Amino acid sequence: MQSLFLADFTVIRPEPGLIFWTTVIFAIFWFLMSKLAFKPIAKALKERENDIQGSLDEAKKAREEMANLKSENEALLAQAQEERSNILKEAKAAKESIINEAKNKAKEEAKKIVTNAKAEIENQKKAAIIDLKNQIGNFALEIAEKVIDRELKSQSEHEQYVNDLVKDLDLN
Amino acid sequence: MRNILLIFALIFSTSGMLLAQDHDHADHSDDATHQEESHEAHDDHEHGTAAHDEHSDHAEHGDHEHGHCFCDSGHAEEGFIVSETAFHHIGDANAFHVWGDLYIPLPCILYAPDHGWNVMMASKFDMGGHGNGALAIDRYVIVHGGVMRIEDESFPMGEVAIECIGHEIDEEGSEHPIVGYNGNCYQLESKSTLDQGVFGGGITSYYDFSITKNVFTMLLVFVLLLWMFTSVAKAYKKRRGQAPRGMQGLMEPVILFIQDEVAKPFLGAKYGRYLPFLLSIFFFILGLNLIGQVPFFPGSANVTGNLGVTFVLALFTFFVVNFSGNKHYWEHVFWMPGVPAWVKTILTPVEFLGLFIKPFTLMLRLFANITAGHIVIISFVGLIFIFGNSGESVGGSTVGVLASVPLTMFMMAIELLVAFIQAFVFTLLAASYIGAAIEEPHH
Repeated sequence: MQSLFLADFTVIRPEPGLIFWTTVIFAIFWFLMSKLAFKPIAKALKERENDIQGSLDEAKKAREEMANLKSENEALLAQAQEERSNILKEAKAAKESIINEAKNKAKEEAKKIVTNAKAEIENQKKAAIIDLKNQIGNFALEIAEKVIDRELKSQSEHEQYVNDLVKDLDLN
Repeated sequence: MRNILLIFALIFSTSGMLLAQDHDHADHSDDATHQEESHEAHDDHEHGTAAHDEHSDHAEHGDHEHGHCFCDSGHAEEGFIVSETAFHHIGDANAFHVWGDLYIPLPCILYAPDHGWNVMMASKFDMGGHGNGALAIDRYVIVHGGVMRIEDESFPMGEVAIECIGHEIDEEGSEHPIVGYNGNCYQLESKSTLDQGVFGGGITSYYDFSITKNVFTMLLVFVLLLWMFTSVAKAYKKRRGQAPRGMQGLMEPVILFIQDEVAKPFLGAKYGRYLPFLLSIFFFILGLNLIGQVPFFPGSANVTGNLGVTFVLALFTFFVVNFSGNKHYWEHVFWMPGVPAWVKTILTPVEFLGLFIKPFTLMLRLFANITAGHIVIISFVGLIFIFGNSGESVGGSTVGVLASVPLTMFMMAIELLVAFIQAFVFTLLAASYIGAAIEEPHH
């Protein structure tokens, strides 16, 4: 059996024919597979890998841009809000100033009116006084007239009469 | 004999899985005389093909009265010898065994320095039962599907009908195949091998450059893989920017696995240059491993379990590694920097031997794994014949079937795993050796 083992265990013997064919077949296999299959496949895989990486990068960039846009929008909004509040504030101030101005004007006007009225009153008073003076003059004249008319009947009567007249005048 | 064939019928009906890994070689021990006597009978019994009658006719042409070569001068052991069956099945052949006595003849390209080239189909030998040829052509005969040559130069050239094929035991007790012709026994010799007799081979009178079973299988795998991968490459071109589909989707993860897990980690930025080689060697080995698992035609050839084949694959790796070697690599092999001079005297021979040991282990690992797997499977199938006492005991063989089927199925599952692992390991180690050769110094 010992010799039989080696006698029949042919797979361990390197056969020149098999070695020759294996060499030829594998060399052609290697060449053809590289040229027709593995190189184009590796290239396509590389391209696809790059494509995917590129797409991912682009997506990332787009996301970043989006985030930028959002923050920009937010800033814009905040700015608008601030502006709005500024405008409101200004409007309020303007309103107040207008009101104040109006009030002041009104006050001034009122003062003017009062002053005018006072002046008028003064004038009227003066006119009245003048009028009164004139009337008093007139009264005096009337009295004088009447006194002159009665012609002095008696001294006492005369005096009595003048006193009556004066009394009458006071009542006015 | 009948019982053996009965057992075969039993196996085939019991387990389709086990098919052609075993077949008819359980009766190796039969001598040719026995064959002559029983051919008619078992033809009728099991196969009923006409081929045998021819064979027997040829055998009867011989003149028995002149000599006494009945090809039965003895046999080392009677009964079923599992190692013989296993060794025969893992070996190469010049015809593809399909079923029973059906052999697909393959082209024989034979060269004998004393005669020249013979190119013919194996069918020219008029193959009959057991893949034995009824004709000798220019002293070549076919035995169990394998071409052998008659040593004796006095044997007539041209087409000669031989009487029988059998075995003879010499004084040392070892068997030799012989043919009987004209009443004389003629010893046969195997094809030349390059082992210098270390493994029982050596240079003989002829060389076999045939498209053998192994070569045929390699060509088949070559064509299959080329077709598959060119279609995948086409799909990448045609379906650009689309998700992979079909064969493309099946192959892409494997290609990416080799690229990302094997090529890139070991080869770094230069991986693209070596990727086609790594992929070629991976798919070539994987394809051969897998087709070798198929127990029937067109599988069953033990290609990656043949030392010659793994030798060539390792040799390619050796050349790729050493042709890529940079200054840094050779410096580390021959003059390791940073170690004392006396250490260098030890290191340099070791490193130099390492150049050859690395591909040598590649060669041996793949060969041993695949061959061992095939032998174990055939041995498990052989249990049926051992338990059944070569067909004497039907009960024993039933037990054998019950033991053998689960064991064989388990082993086949393991073998399937091994087919992938060994292809991967070969590629991985090749990548690591190339990686070591192209590594840039980083001090």
